[in-house]
Amino acid sequence: MKHLKPRHLAHLVLMPLALLFVAPLVWMVLTAFMPDADINSYPPKLWPEHPTLAGFERILTEDDYPRWLANTVVVAVAAVLGHVVLCSLAGYGFARLRFRGRGVAFAALMATIMVPTQVLMIPTFLLFKNLGLIDTLGAAIVPWLASAFGVFLMRQFFLSLPRELEEAATIDGCGRVGVFVRVVLPLARPALATLVVFTLLGSWNDLIWPLIAISSEEHYTLQLGLATFAGARHTEWSALMAGNVVAVLPLVAAFVLAQRHFVATMSFSGLKG
Amino acid sequence: MTPAATAVTAKVAAHRAARRARWLPHLTGWGFVLPATLVIVGLSVFPAVWALLLSLQDGDLLTGGSYVGLRNYADLMGDAELAAATGHTLLYTVLFVPGSVALGLLLALALNLRIRLIGFYRTCFFVPYVVSAAATGILANFVFDPDFGIVNAALKAVGLPPMGFLQDPDQAMLTLVVISVWGGVGMPAVVYLAALQDIPRELVEAARVDGGSGRHVLRHVVLPQLRPATVFLVIWQTITALQLFDLVYTTTKGQPLDSTTTVVFYLYRQAFQLFHSGYGTAIAYVLFLVTLAVSGAVLWRSAR
Repeated sequence: MKHLKPRHLAHLVLMPLALLFVAPLVWMVLTAFMPDADINSYPPKLWPEHPTLAGFERILTEDDYPRWLANTVVVAVAAVLGHVVLCSLAGYGFARLRFRGRGVAFAALMATIMVPTQVLMIPTFLLFKNLGLIDTLGAAIVPWLASAFGVFLMRQFFLSLPRELEEAATIDGCGRVGVFVRVVLPLARPALATLVVFTLLGSWNDLIWPLIAISSEEHYTLQLGLATFAGARHTEWSALMAGNVVAVLPLVAAFVLAQRHFVATMSFSGLKG
Repeated sequence: MTPAATAVTAKVAAHRAARRARWLPHLTGWGFVLPATLVIVGLSVFPAVWALLLSLQDGDLLTGGSYVGLRNYADLMGDAELAAATGHTLLYTVLFVPGSVALGLLLALALNLRIRLIGFYRTCFFVPYVVSAAATGILANFVFDPDFGIVNAALKAVGLPPMGFLQDPDQAMLTLVVISVWGGVGMPAVVYLAALQDIPRELVEAARVDGGSGRHVLRHVVLPQLRPATVFLVIWQTITALQLFDLVYTTTKGQPLDSTTTVVFYLYRQAFQLFHSGYGTAIAYVLFLVTLAVSGAVLWRSAR
């Protein structure tokens, strides 16, 4: 046993644990391709012996699922665009520009990070009701246009950039906006990738706010549809699992694409201290 | 125009230009930060203040209602259902927070050994984090179904009695903790891994050279370096745990026998199903204050 290094021991612990972690998701994907008769047999089947697309066909034809998916894509795209534009502008402003009221404005934004959604949701519901936004897709979009966390993340990143680059560009005759668009933003790609993934994750998976703000099925988001749909047809597992697969896939893809930026961003944002 | 008039006009223009030059940086600055600030302040500060006023009224979600002073706050002190919900939430919190943070630390320490397949492992532990509560709920109901679920099938295969899981009042909350740790450990693992990679190698190597055992180095060199990450994660996971709602909504809806009714689930029912918006906001405000107090306590302890 002497030649067994901690490195090898680590695999002995990590491998079974890692497989246990992904097993439910792998099984979810496999189940989505099984006929309901096989899924409801006991003991449960692990492998699709009679692979079928029936579950996918059903969610795409029988329900409002495609509409919910489209609604969610609209919400997520608006959220990501809003965050990328507004948070990077504000993050740069707070990191680099000197102007009257900067400290107060930044402190006010940071204070809002502590306020939990639960405090805000009732007045926001009333506010949106007055604005005629309740039960429209707009209600799901507006709260996602910017966040204090996003501003903070971008500010921390811009603070970590060397000033010299911007100064050189300024000497070359670039204005503030030019410097920002041509020099700073291209450098901010890792931070933007992280911002995009977090925003996508939050807006795509949000449940409590759409649940409160939206009541007509045609304006449902995917999560709201899934949660409602699960109660209504709790034995049609192939359709439920197919619905899950389609709902989860874009986020898994986004995460796998952006994951190497994650660890780096955690370091500079000061999240780890 | 007379020369004098021209001179005056020039002077005025110069003055204006100077004033503009003085104001320009401020205008540019606000131009950058104003859009985000308006959205965030408009949807956080303004509603937070409004919520405070609502909590002093007996509103029904359509109208604010009339002023009742601190009656909502007095009512919630004697609300037995809220007390039970608080108990369930605390049980969940004391299990979920240490569970997810400790497991995250262990995973990060193992991953930091610079082993092979690190990308594979990181993906395995983080992917459940991106799965929504709605999808997780559907999956959990499937996997933990007492009659047809695979977990009971596995228990039976090794000769153990089947369990009720989400349908057993004594097990439902524990099952939710297990599901949440599955879905929530990726974040602490990634944060710890980032922190570990920032510890200067010389520090660890120096401790080794000085004759420190692996355990000694971990306890006296590595863990102190991870302290800021631990403080952040404990606060973050505690806030998340105290606000548990989504998973409850998509699995048990507070059942069986109200054993999984959490504070936020109770608040949701009060405000949006029974339309007690004043009472709901009062609960939300107390939850907010408790969150602040807990975060403050963790920060204060860690600063000593």
